[in-house]
Amino acid sequence: MRCGDFKDTYVRDEAIFQSVFVKVWLALFLVCLLIFPFLANEYVLYIVNLIGIAIIGAHGLNLLTGFTGQISLGHAAFIGVGAYTSAILITRVGIPFWWSVPMAGIMSAFVGVIIGIPSLRIKGLYLAIATIAAQFIFEYVFMTWESMTRGIRGINVPDPELFGFRFDTERKFYFITLFFVVVGTLYARNLIRTRVGRAFIAIRDRDLAAELMGINLFRYKLTSFAISSFYAGVAGSLWVSFMNIVTPEHFPLSLSIEYLAMVIVGGLGSVLGSIYGAIFMVLVPEILRFGTDFIKDIPAFQHIFAPLREVVFGALIVFFLIFEPRGLAELWRRMKNFFLLWPFSY
Amino acid sequence: MDILLQLIVSGIAVGGVYALIALGFVLIYKATSVINFATGEFMMVGAYVCLTLLTYLKIPFAFVLVFTLAFAFMMGVIIERLILRPLIGEPVISVIMVTIGLSSILKGLAHIIWTADFRSFPDILPAEPWDLGFAIVPSALKWGFIFAIIGVVIFTLIFKYSRVGIAMRANASDQQVAQSMGISTKVIFALSWSFAACAASIGGIVVGNISGIHPQLGHVGLMVLPVVILGGLDSIGGAIVGGFIIGILENLAGGYIDPILPGFKEVAPFIVLVFILMIRPYGLFGKKIIERV
Repeated sequence: MRCGDFKDTYVRDEAIFQSVFVKVWLALFLVCLLIFPFLANEYVLYIVNLIGIAIIGAHGLNLLTGFTGQISLGHAAFIGVGAYTSAILITRVGIPFWWSVPMAGIMSAFVGVIIGIPSLRIKGLYLAIATIAAQFIFEYVFMTWESMTRGIRGINVPDPELFGFRFDTERKFYFITLFFVVVGTLYARNLIRTRVGRAFIAIRDRDLAAELMGINLFRYKLTSFAISSFYAGVAGSLWVSFMNIVTPEHFPLSLSIEYLAMVIVGGLGSVLGSIYGAIFMVLVPEILRFGTDFIKDIPAFQHIFAPLREVVFGALIVFFLIFEPRGLAELWRRMKNFFLLWPFSY
Repeated sequence: MDILLQLIVSGIAVGGVYALIALGFVLIYKATSVINFATGEFMMVGAYVCLTLLTYLKIPFAFVLVFTLAFAFMMGVIIERLILRPLIGEPVISVIMVTIGLSSILKGLAHIIWTADFRSFPDILPAEPWDLGFAIVPSALKWGFIFAIIGVVIFTLIFKYSRVGIAMRANASDQQVAQSMGISTKVIFALSWSFAACAASIGGIVVGNISGIHPQLGHVGLMVLPVVILGGLDSIGGAIVGGFIIGILENLAGGYIDPILPGFKEVAPFIVLVFILMIRPYGLFGKKIIERV
């Protein structure tokens, strides 16, 4: 029972791990995560890897949109920049995977800052449209800059290696994903309690008030874009090495929208929300696939999966926005609070 | 010189269609301050309904058009009531995302109902190109232009002179005052969505006539965003002028730059869009109420 958990200092209130109880459970959870790949089959691990990569990307978008309040419909473009940077560095320059990840992140961050510059003059709807424009322009660049990206033929990327150990299966790659997810989550969780993170939240709540209180909007908005795109770049870089191929079709506007959906369904402005949202949005199509397997044999319903996925995807966004705008994170919090003192809730 | 003229003429023809679709954005934005990212899907649904009625009912095109508009009107009312009304007063991102979600639903439903097959309209209108002497307008573009212009004129007249249009403008300029004068804001919101859906449906029929219909037709809706921003989000005149400018620009880019950089036609409007947003975010004729930070 945690009902006697009172915080008497700000340090404790702001702690990443709120209590011993939380620490113990998280340690146990981490152990489970480490054992998990030896029990699961390749298909499950494939999905889990995708979830991990989505979590990293969603963290980035949540920092930008959920915490700083800057709407971005161009997240897929940043992921694409990271993916291509990583692929080109590995195949052309011969840099090992481990170095290409941070470099992809830095390259994406650089591009993100450039895209973020309009955010200093415009916001809300207009920023959303500016980022859509960026998305389309980058899609075009991936497609036409053949000398660098090889256009629609794409680039094949080898598996990562460490001291002669090849991460060539889903099971081996899982550990890479897990490492980056844990580091990324801890960094995001820590960031929002620092000066920078609190500045982000202040900008989201009221930018003019934030500026009056001495927060340099120019600096912090661009910082937010940079950190967000860095996450996107890392996600893209992992994705490339996991899939072993990258083509321009992998980063359409619909991917940006999917990431926004993850952040909204999970919970805007919540680190845990990004995780829940990513898991949920990756799992939903898979569950649907199983669901539609039964009716697959009826000829009329053979091609129902793709459109049905779209309908469910849209319906989920609409449903959450209308009925639970603070997302799964809030649902989870309410459920926890209910069971905390259950059955003596009153 | 001939090529230049030809490009400009087809640019103007396409621009008429853009102006009509842009009207769908502006009508909604003016009344409710929402950008409807599902405008393209409204077009697609309108075009499909029209095509279905044409093929199954076998009645004259004029009746089909009336039925399609009635359908679009109802669709607008229902969508506003069910999806947009609960979100009044919510942050911008929620409203943007709800229209994106809506577009995804409509796209999927159209895919399920009408399958992903590419369909083309039957020849309902006499097919003869328009020879202007110095340039030739293909038949589909010609009819598209004529329909678009008729649509734009009708909607502009309604907005300017009819009782409903004046109520809508009053509501756009000050909701509280409009309400105290006996104008129901709720009805106006619903009507704006209906009118926008009608404008988008005509746009969809026109585009469908030019290039055929498929569930991804809604993409055209996003391609019109530069038009709306260039003209100013809340200006009907701006949507019309913006439509022509972007139409011409796109065709010029297609004619002169595409041979060097294939596909440049598609992104050229978006490059312009970025510059407009940096220099003059409220567009050519929009109200300057953008808050600078």
